[in-house]
Amino acid sequence: MRFVDEYRDADTARALAARITALCEPGRAYKFMEVCGGHTHTIYKHGIEDYLPEAVTLVHGPGCPVCVIPMGRVDDAIHIAAQPDVIMTSFGDMMRVPGGKGSFLDAKARGADIRMVYSPLDALKIAKQNPSKRVVFMAIGFETTAPSTAMTVLRAKADGVDNFSVFCNHVTIIPAIKAILDSPDLRLDAFIGPGHVSTVIGCRPYRFIARDYGKPIVVAGFEPLDVLQSVHQILTQLAQRRCEVENQYARVVPWDGNPKALAAINEVMELRPHFEWRGLGFISQSALRVSAKYARYDAERIFQIPGGRVADPTSCQCGEVLKGVLKPWECKVFGTACTPETPIGTCMVSSEGACAAYYNFGRFSRERVKEATRQ
Amino acid sequence: MTGDTGLEEQVLERIERARRRKARVREEYITLAHGAGGKATHTLIEGVFLEAFRNPLLEPLEDGAVIDEMAFTTDSFVVTPLFFPGGDIGDLAVNGTVNDLAMCGARPRYLSAGFILEEGFPIAHLRRIAASMATAAQAAGVQIVTGDTKVVERGKADGCYVVTAGVGTLDRPTRLSAAAARPGDAVIVSGPIGEHGITIMLARGELDIQADLTSDTAPLNELTARLLDACDDGEVRCLRDATRGGVATVLNEIAEASKAAIVVNEDIIPVRPDVRGACELLGIDPLYVACEGRMVAIVSQASAETALTALHSHPLGHEAAVVGRVNDDPPGLVLLKTAFGGTRIVDLLVGDPLPRIC
Amino acid sequence: MCLGIPGEIVEILNDRPDLAMVAVSGVRRAINIGLLEDETVAPGDWILIHVGFALSKIDETEAKAALDFLESIGQAYDDEIAALRESMIEQG
Repeated sequence: MRFVDEYRDADTARALAARITALCEPGRAYKFMEVCGGHTHTIYKHGIEDYLPEAVTLVHGPGCPVCVIPMGRVDDAIHIAAQPDVIMTSFGDMMRVPGGKGSFLDAKARGADIRMVYSPLDALKIAKQNPSKRVVFMAIGFETTAPSTAMTVLRAKADGVDNFSVFCNHVTIIPAIKAILDSPDLRLDAFIGPGHVSTVIGCRPYRFIARDYGKPIVVAGFEPLDVLQSVHQILTQLAQRRCEVENQYARVVPWDGNPKALAAINEVMELRPHFEWRGLGFISQSALRVSAKYARYDAERIFQIPGGRVADPTSCQCGEVLKGVLKPWECKVFGTACTPETPIGTCMVSSEGACAAYYNFGRFSRERVKEATRQ
Repeated sequence: MTGDTGLEEQVLERIERARRRKARVREEYITLAHGAGGKATHTLIEGVFLEAFRNPLLEPLEDGAVIDEMAFTTDSFVVTPLFFPGGDIGDLAVNGTVNDLAMCGARPRYLSAGFILEEGFPIAHLRRIAASMATAAQAAGVQIVTGDTKVVERGKADGCYVVTAGVGTLDRPTRLSAAAARPGDAVIVSGPIGEHGITIMLARGELDIQADLTSDTAPLNELTARLLDACDDGEVRCLRDATRGGVATVLNEIAEASKAAIVVNEDIIPVRPDVRGACELLGIDPLYVACEGRMVAIVSQASAETALTALHSHPLGHEAAVVGRVNDDPPGLVLLKTAFGGTRIVDLLVGDPLPRIC
Repeated sequence: MCLGIPGEIVEILNDRPDLAMVAVSGVRRAINIGLLEDETVAPGDWILIHVGFALSKIDETEAKAALDFLESIGQAYDDEIAALRESMIEQG
């Protein structure tokens, strides 16, 4: 596959790894956060950590839109799904995410009509095919996904579809990064920036990270060499005492983002005053809702939403994991009470969550795995 | 080793202990995950069925039971859509049971066929399914010798479900078992993986993805006979067809039963470009996608070449490859050497591989 | 956080100008190209696909520059290893 395979070359990786090791100052330990869950997934799926020197630790950040959905919102969605004549639709990622009263899969087993879609446009198609039903799309995702939801609402309006609405749970990345930067126990040296979010918002919004907080950030692609190269770029900045926003993923991410996508978001959605993130708590202006102009497509206005809050279990230390204070396995319940089958905290919920990725892909000690796979 | 690594080891061992605890079904209702072949299915089988039926023949949880010189198995088929590129529910129902018998090292002989039909189901469709079953049975050299028909009210079934059971004879002294893999053994996959699962997923039409893919459904008994004939007794340790949960699930079952590690190389596992394309687009790992005409064979290192030659001599095995080997440590785990040169664990999934956007 | 896959445009659909048929390693799907800037996309162009929408057009020049950099690192490394081997042979 073009633009994929050439970024998975093991020989180049070895060369890059040697450069990375050479850039590390003796005796210094580095902690970089990959903000985006897609990077977490890539890191584990390809075994990227095998190439990194011990001095470099990657901390898995809050950028998994499924993980950060508070349990109360899942319960709200299940409540909507249980209303008469409702077809609830969402991405496959949402199906196993537990609320306080179970997941979509559980609700489906109890009789709710919940369907998996590949695209919000597919949800709209279901609405057109079922005029007597009320079709709700549970929208999740960062700025990457929000434009697609917005475009789908615009399409619904243009086509005069009035049985389609959106239960909007889109979140925005910058306030989350800021919340992490402001946490008192932060121990990060730099950030690997979220590539696909940046196709929409561009690289400018990250400038405060370098300017105000003195941390380098490199926007990175999702193939393994992209991640290694971004680590290389960060270490180069640190070695040269520079602190900038750099774009490793320029083949996909324009510096200014995608104005048309941003315009679509601004047309259909507006910022919420605040939104609760699982593991991080309330963060102001960190999420989007459907604006009043498009009220007829807003599930929150059409349906009575219970809006209950479900507190995260006290045993859960996801907040610390998300901030890089704890490694997944250092959490008290990791792998014993909290597993992918029965997740307690947000980080274990989706395959992108730091704990789930670690559990599924890297649970065993790296030493033993390396020993076992040696030819 | 640093102190940090020592602590990590302790935590990881605590987790392994937690994982070995007895399976307990926590859910109050059946969900689709219980039928997906992953962790939820295993928990259900061990927590409900094994608990209730426990006996020495059932306990190994192989593809079929071996009783004296005979193998016996059953399988149910609920595929949607009933007709798909490369086959239909009829082919599947025959091949599935034939393959389960073949995986026991048996020569499949006789099948039963049960039909659960929904009121209003077109007879023409039923004829078509029966014709496919007849053709598949002939191809596999088995006879369908008994059967049953039930009709349920409209809305109570998805058109047509088929249940087959089968018996086969064990002509060779070799007894195959998922528990028989030993360190040093070669891990063979008989052909490109994931074609059936992706074909079905696309044939449902909901994803609007077009591909020139057909199901890999096929009877594997000739292939297994060639393999077993070529190798000395005992050199083939285990055969498993990679159905629900795909190759990853089968490898986990073998690693678990044999208390051994299995290490496979990602870049040697055959995957067709369109299967890969669909998997990349949907965010699915082909290792977990179902096949209906592919198997995993564990063969002694000494016989690996012989085994491969035998498999290559049959059209269903001409793309067979040694994809990895069995190790002693860490027991019960499947490890993947990625094409990128890294390593990771390949665990059982909880349920079906679901398309993801993130 | 977001699965984005590169695909090649094979056809702009006549009846729906906001849709393009896109190929990903042999499979095809109609992808909405309404979010791309008004720059023209044509068959042969590569785009990044996310949930059925094209989010950006892949910049071939930038892709080549990145690959050239990666290759240069690989080449330099190979040269160093070769030089190292040579010096070891000379010493030996």
